[in-house]
Amino acid sequence: MTRKEERLLPEVERAVRAPEELVVVGKRIPKSDALYKVLGQAQYIYDMQLPGMLYGKILWSERAHAKIISIDTSEAEKVPGVRAVITAQNTPEIRIGFMKDQPVLKKDKVRSFRDEVAAVAATSWEAAEEAISRIKVVYEDLPGIFSPEEAMEEGAPLIHEMDARGKELKDNRIRLPWKLVCGDLEKGKAEATCTVTTSYEVPAVNHCCMGTSACIASFDAGDNLTIYDITQIPSLAKADFLEALKAMGAKGRVRVITPTIGGGFGSKLDTYGYQYIAMLLSHRTKRPVKIVFTREEEFFATSPRQQAKFTITQGCDKEGYLTFREVNATLDNGAYISWGATTPSVMMMPMSSLYRVPNIEFKSTCIYTNNTWAQAMRGYGNPQATFAIDCNMDELAEKAGIDPVEFRRRNANIPGEETPQGFLPRTCGHRECLEAVVEKMGYEGRQSGIVEGTPKARGMGVASLIHVGGGAKIYRSDGCATSIKIDDDGWVDVFSGSQDIGQGLDTVLRQIVAEVLGFKPEKVKIHVGDTDTCGWDAGCHASRSTFVAGNSAKVCAEIVRAQMVANFAAQLEVAEDAISITEGEVLAQTDDPDKQVTKVERLLRRAHMTGRGNTMFMASNFWEPNNKLLAGDFHGNFSMAYTYGVHGVELEVDTETGQVDVINYVAAHDIGKAINPMLLDGQAYGGIMQGIGYALTEEMLFDKGKLLNPNFRDYKILTCLDVVPIEAIIVETDDPEGPFGAKGVGEPGLVPVAPAIANAIYDAVGIRLRRLPMTPDRVLEALWAKAGKAIA
Amino acid sequence: MKTITFTVNGNPVTLDVSEDANLLSVLNDDLELAGAKEGCGAGECGACTVIVDGVAVTSCLYPACEADGRVVETVEGLVLESGSLHPLQRTFVDYGAVQCGFCTPGMVMSAKALLDKYPNPNEQEVKVALAGNICRCTGYTQIVEAVLAAAEEMKK
Repeated sequence: MTRKEERLLPEVERAVRAPEELVVVGKRIPKSDALYKVLGQAQYIYDMQLPGMLYGKILWSERAHAKIISIDTSEAEKVPGVRAVITAQNTPEIRIGFMKDQPVLKKDKVRSFRDEVAAVAATSWEAAEEAISRIKVVYEDLPGIFSPEEAMEEGAPLIHEMDARGKELKDNRIRLPWKLVCGDLEKGKAEATCTVTTSYEVPAVNHCCMGTSACIASFDAGDNLTIYDITQIPSLAKADFLEALKAMGAKGRVRVITPTIGGGFGSKLDTYGYQYIAMLLSHRTKRPVKIVFTREEEFFATSPRQQAKFTITQGCDKEGYLTFREVNATLDNGAYISWGATTPSVMMMPMSSLYRVPNIEFKSTCIYTNNTWAQAMRGYGNPQATFAIDCNMDELAEKAGIDPVEFRRRNANIPGEETPQGFLPRTCGHRECLEAVVEKMGYEGRQSGIVEGTPKARGMGVASLIHVGGGAKIYRSDGCATSIKIDDDGWVDVFSGSQDIGQGLDTVLRQIVAEVLGFKPEKVKIHVGDTDTCGWDAGCHASRSTFVAGNSAKVCAEIVRAQMVANFAAQLEVAEDAISITEGEVLAQTDDPDKQVTKVERLLRRAHMTGRGNTMFMASNFWEPNNKLLAGDFHGNFSMAYTYGVHGVELEVDTETGQVDVINYVAAHDIGKAINPMLLDGQAYGGIMQGIGYALTEEMLFDKGKLLNPNFRDYKILTCLDVVPIEAIIVETDDPEGPFGAKGVGEPGLVPVAPAIANAIYDAVGIRLRRLPMTPDRVLEALWAKAGKAIA
Repeated sequence: MKTITFTVNGNPVTLDVSEDANLLSVLNDDLELAGAKEGCGAGECGACTVIVDGVAVTSCLYPACEADGRVVETVEGLVLESGSLHPLQRTFVDYGAVQCGFCTPGMVMSAKALLDKYPNPNEQEVKVALAGNICRCTGYTQIVEAVLAAAEEMKK
């Protein structure tokens, strides 16, 4: 079938059960581990103490870009309690990052202030810190490069002279050719009667997980590594660590165990130098070694969402339908390559498929600089790209003389239509979300502009989102393993390869499994985060866990349920289809009143212990979604479902102070089906508040590569006093591929916040802010510029 | 070193602490009460909040010696004598106020200090009381709801 023929999909049969039949799914059930957390009993890595454990500290580079002439560790080694001091000189080289452009300990040169130069293991934090302070490094400064523009200048100094394979590099451009072409750009331009070109800029922002980065590495006598870790990707981290073990000459196996994790938001999607340093120190000392970042280290030595600049042109025809979109993006990658360099792959999604636009060209370049190197954060590249798209949408609507909401109505996505990049959204509630938000906000009757008798002006703005909601095939497997065992006492253990980072996957899986089995949810325990007992999973990213781990758990539970039903039917001497299990009771359609209702534990016990086959009910399942890797031209259906949403914001701008106050926020998300509306609300509230921070307050400030605000005093994340009234509307479209109809929702809450706010500010005071965050000084500056222009 | 005596969750404690030790490290390391968490070590995030003589303090900045002769309450001591959860613990669970949970013990203690003193707070008063406790996951909405619900429950 050609792409054109596929464009309109046939109606898909709805395979989900009617909502009224669901007993556990769809209910507001508290998060499974919330009890332990309110008791102070949840165990985080910071609380863990192993016998003989040492404490590790890292010496970070004191230069942004310099040759390392010498490292003298002799004084450090004399500090009482020090058990090991390591540098690149006395350890095997381990290279990390998917392009392997980074050695864990830097040997010949440093390329950023977060480069690891040496590390210490000692019997106390104090001794380790003392030893670190006594290491003497002699540097020879090299010219630093702190913006992509400088980095791309003719003759700019090279940050990397060669790639990991030893091939010489000619410039600071990263060899990842992000280019997406859909349709015919020139045709789209010719059809446009109105076009607008604008540029936008977004800053680096930190995940600000409340729990800082930490691990404990421990080798046993057989050279087997157990690493207690906070990763979002246990299976992939294990593979990375195994590779490092080989480099270290250790022949053992790797076990990754994650205790309770203090927040993720994408920060733990890659493995970092400190984890390997803990491994090297542990291997050297034969003792467990713990490393815990201070908050300052968490700010400057973890990988943020990167700085990016966009230039976007969109055009529409006389009726206000988009005819083309052309975008160029430049990303400050920082000194080494992690997943931040791949955010353009996700930017392509909104670029190609947010609103119906047939002709598209998107190009993005990632540039090495001597700044901190970037990672993914909630939404990956999507919030950055959506800021550019949805602000430009408003600017284009104004030029075309169309109301911004009406403009979005005309261009909203529809279900069953293949997008230009080749996505196949079977369900799409974009229009429903838009109408719900517009109605709830009272958009049509709004009064914009100065509130009489005050220096404040009111305005409303909207923005939309598309995100993957059915997995994202970025590795050859996007699957998840689940094993389930049911003990004869009626307790259920589910071992899932996926991960809980606080979002509530543990609870979602519990509800799905309890629903399928017909057990009470409290009988079901979810185990995640132990690679010795849980099977493979692609990790907690791309809002994929409810969909992929949920489907995996659902299918696995269905297998176990079938085993039970067959056995119970035999026990009760009825046909299998006469059996149903609900809330821990087995109901049989039979005339024998003694067999009509039986506690499931009784039948489980009889199946196991009374000689009727001595059965235990257990199953394993690996569920691989039917999505496709993107082709070489980045086309293809890389998710099985897509989540949509529309956010609307009403705010006040103080024209004297530049302060922006959000006074009302409405967010509608089409998430297929809410497995747990309470946890879903939590994802929306949390995502939106992070998004408001991205829009209004958060920015990592660098001076020649040095982070100036590595603390919560100077880096402003929102507090309780900044809470805005948020109405989170759930639009359910029952996705035929999702578990009970659900699509993913972890990231979407953050995605369209900044453009919605920027659009509302324009509605209020007529200034267009194209750079985040929209702080009071920038608002005032724009207001003054506007006033000056008017005077002139 | 200095010998100090104070009450933790109703139990008298006497121990030697170094002059520069903070209360958080004494709770975490010496008394093995891991509930209070170090999120920043600078009194900015509130994850280490405990109650000293009825006042919510950031224990990472609070000198351990200062606790001498005082009454300290931590999240571990919240459970009621009957063995059931404190209303704040119950509502934090039931209202979805807990995600990653790192801020939860400190958040709950700030809320308790408020409700002990002002059993009938309005929404704004709750927000002010929790303004020193940072949460990156929840966006605070369900936390505020939980505190207001606990206040209602405690009036019964």
